[in-house]
Amino acid sequence: MKKAILGITMMILATVSFAQEKNKKMSFEVDGKCEMCKARIEKAALGVKGVKYALWDIPSHELSLIIDERKTNPMKIKTALVAVGHDTKELKATEDAYDEIHPCCKYREDDADDSDKH
Amino acid sequence: MKNIIIIYSLLFPLLCFSQEKIEGMVMEANSENKHLGLAGANVYWMGSQMGTITDEEGLFSIPFTKEYNKLIISFVGFESDTLTINEPKMVHHSLKPSNQLDEVVIQKKRDAVQKAYYSAQNVVTVNSAELLKAACCNLSESFETNPAIDVNFSDALTGTKQIQMLGLTSPYLLITQENIPMVRGASQAFGLTFTPGTWVESIQITKGAGSVVNGYESISGQINTELVKPLTDKSIFVNGYANQNGRLELNTHFNKQLTDKLSTGLYIHANRRDQKEDNNKDGFLDAPLANQINILNRWQYQNPETGWVSFINVRFLNDEKQVGQTAFDPITDKFTTNAWGSEIDTRRFDSSLKLGYVFPELPFQSMGFQASYSNHKQDSYFGFNRYDITHESIYSNLIFNSILGDTQNKFKTGLTFAYDGYDELVNSQSFDRDDNSVGVFFEYSYDDLEKLSLTAGLRIDTHNRLGTFVTPRFHLRYTPWEKASLRGSFGRGKRAANIFAENQQLFGSSRQIRLSAESGTIYGLDPEDAWNYGLSFLQGFDLYGRPGNITLDFYRTDFKNQIVVDWENPQEVSFYNLDGKSEANSFQLEVNYEILKNVDLRTAYKYYDVKTDYQSGLLQKPLQAKHRFFANLGYETAPNEKGSQWRFDYTLHTLGRQRLPNTSTNPVQYQLGDYSGSYSLMNAQVTKVFNTHFEIYIGGENLTNFTQDNPVLSADDPFGPYFDTSIVYAPIMGRMFYGGFRFKL
Repeated sequence: MKKAILGITMMILATVSFAQEKNKKMSFEVDGKCEMCKARIEKAALGVKGVKYALWDIPSHELSLIIDERKTNPMKIKTALVAVGHDTKELKATEDAYDEIHPCCKYREDDADDSDKH
Repeated sequence: MKNIIIIYSLLFPLLCFSQEKIEGMVMEANSENKHLGLAGANVYWMGSQMGTITDEEGLFSIPFTKEYNKLIISFVGFESDTLTINEPKMVHHSLKPSNQLDEVVIQKKRDAVQKAYYSAQNVVTVNSAELLKAACCNLSESFETNPAIDVNFSDALTGTKQIQMLGLTSPYLLITQENIPMVRGASQAFGLTFTPGTWVESIQITKGAGSVVNGYESISGQINTELVKPLTDKSIFVNGYANQNGRLELNTHFNKQLTDKLSTGLYIHANRRDQKEDNNKDGFLDAPLANQINILNRWQYQNPETGWVSFINVRFLNDEKQVGQTAFDPITDKFTTNAWGSEIDTRRFDSSLKLGYVFPELPFQSMGFQASYSNHKQDSYFGFNRYDITHESIYSNLIFNSILGDTQNKFKTGLTFAYDGYDELVNSQSFDRDDNSVGVFFEYSYDDLEKLSLTAGLRIDTHNRLGTFVTPRFHLRYTPWEKASLRGSFGRGKRAANIFAENQQLFGSSRQIRLSAESGTIYGLDPEDAWNYGLSFLQGFDLYGRPGNITLDFYRTDFKNQIVVDWENPQEVSFYNLDGKSEANSFQLEVNYEILKNVDLRTAYKYYDVKTDYQSGLLQKPLQAKHRFFANLGYETAPNEKGSQWRFDYTLHTLGRQRLPNTSTNPVQYQLGDYSGSYSLMNAQVTKVFNTHFEIYIGGENLTNFTQDNPVLSADDPFGPYFDTSIVYAPIMGRMFYGGFRFKL
């Protein structure tokens, strides 16, 4: 039975992972505004297994990533980002998750880069 | 029964799933109506946290909840579609290619932000603005405005400033220039004075064990100097300086960008003092007659496309100093009793190569190679004592940086090779030796990007005199709450003490050298071996809207073996292996705060307990103040549109009493007592910036005009048995004013 489950999961894994690039570069927009957001976003992205490198740029809101495509995909990363309160183009954070972030990071109200004030 | 439950429980979630998810396929719309699956398309519920990506056949499966009913399907290069779905079902959907490609923004990477609060090591960075606070003149004088480093006076002859950290003198620090070991071996005594201040871009001071990457020699800390770079330094820079005592300095920098990848810089420094100064009227020069020329040529290559960066440096130095009695003329009086005098001539050639490669597709992976060659030749005599040393050194280090899994787990690993050849002549005795070592290192660092970071390093070296040994070093940083960081570290350091080069001041005395040579490999002595432990707490704060921080440091260095330099008999200096204990404990409380707008205050109290088992018993280290107080006040006006502004700077050092080496067996007139008195020193400087191109500064050192009464013991009888210039606890030069200018283009 165990072997069967393992086999099935292996098969699912195998089908999910298509163009299996080990060091796939990609970037997408993530909402946020300051240094604290940057730390939170990068930490959440790196917390996803298979994410090797994450750099979020404050002015452009662009998150640059290097990922192992055999282990993860952008939606998984976006799921992790919305879980810590940061919206992406596709997925949006719940009110609860958004409420959790620090008051200075409330990007939905005011999107200005005021990182030098913290 | 059990099996049925297992099967049932296995089936149950499957059943649930099938009812609460949407499965389907995303296809590319085409004229032939072929089923061409689109791999990697986004499928997500609008405004939700649920999304997925289609597999290589275009198939997907996404959970369904009643909360969301707008399913968006998008893919780069295709028009996005929104489907309204009110119940779980199969979805087959085709996307139409869009004419417009989504804008792709390629963003250049920014430099990493300096994270003083986040690094595992206790690092203080001194930037160029800070360096300007003490306008004079070379690296050894650059630490006057920084409490992490104490500046002492090495001897009554040369007036060279000696630096200390955590209560230990500079031989126990690893002093590197762009991470290549620099001030070591023969250059230990004067090496810091051979780097002109204007060449320095920034200094990083690491307290405690430090990293294993640059070697095993550091015991109480590391000081790294970054020099100005041809690409970023001003194309022309001229600095002139003159002081009341006849010291003249000239610094010129010329930088040129030859192509978009290659730049070069030529840096020339010259200094001179011809004026004989003897304000304390003891017949001895208060400061050396000096003449130095120092030329550095740098080449910088960088190619962002291929990821290669490189630096090549070539440096030549000629330094001449004459000290001793004012009447001394080297031509007629050398090695005679006409007058006591000394000359120290140094020639040094340095060259280094740095090669770095950043894997263009993997910004977290890089390789670095450093190699350097130096030849340091000092010919000197002190009265009848002769001291010549030639030190040839080769150093190379290969470093590979990468990650384990992700950038939260990084490592550095590599190989070090070093060779040091010494030709040393002490009076008529020669001490030649060749040292070579090979080492491997591995340093792992972890950063959870929030509360915790750590660095754990290990190196194994094989050295022909120190043997094969392991150097572990560990740093940890924890952030318990906002703006705070708690750091801890421990590590080992091991080194071969170059007893004569490091204690050259002993030659300016009638002391007999006693070397308790045993079976050891370095002058018959054993290697020095120590462990350093540290704890540090930093708390930032905001008071009345202005920032500040407070730091508490406690460090302890525990010697397993040390080469004890014993001055306790005024007729002798002895070197022997430690028998018993030797430790240096230091405590520092530092407060930095912007007390008024644009007025920065930095204060520190330092306590040192440095004690060693001498042959005569456990004693505090001589010439070391137990209590020190430091304050620095800086004010600058806001620059106007032309960049014009005023800058004011004031520094106070207060030193408690210092234990003096034992002189009780000398005749009464040559006795100094047990302790020196306590005293304070003040420096101040005013800079007027006219515009971004031109500024002038004037300043004063030792404004309270405090000097040591009798820096030269037995100055009236320099060839007698009680002559000693090595017991110096206070400045020899009184109040002194200086001025200078900086011109940059």
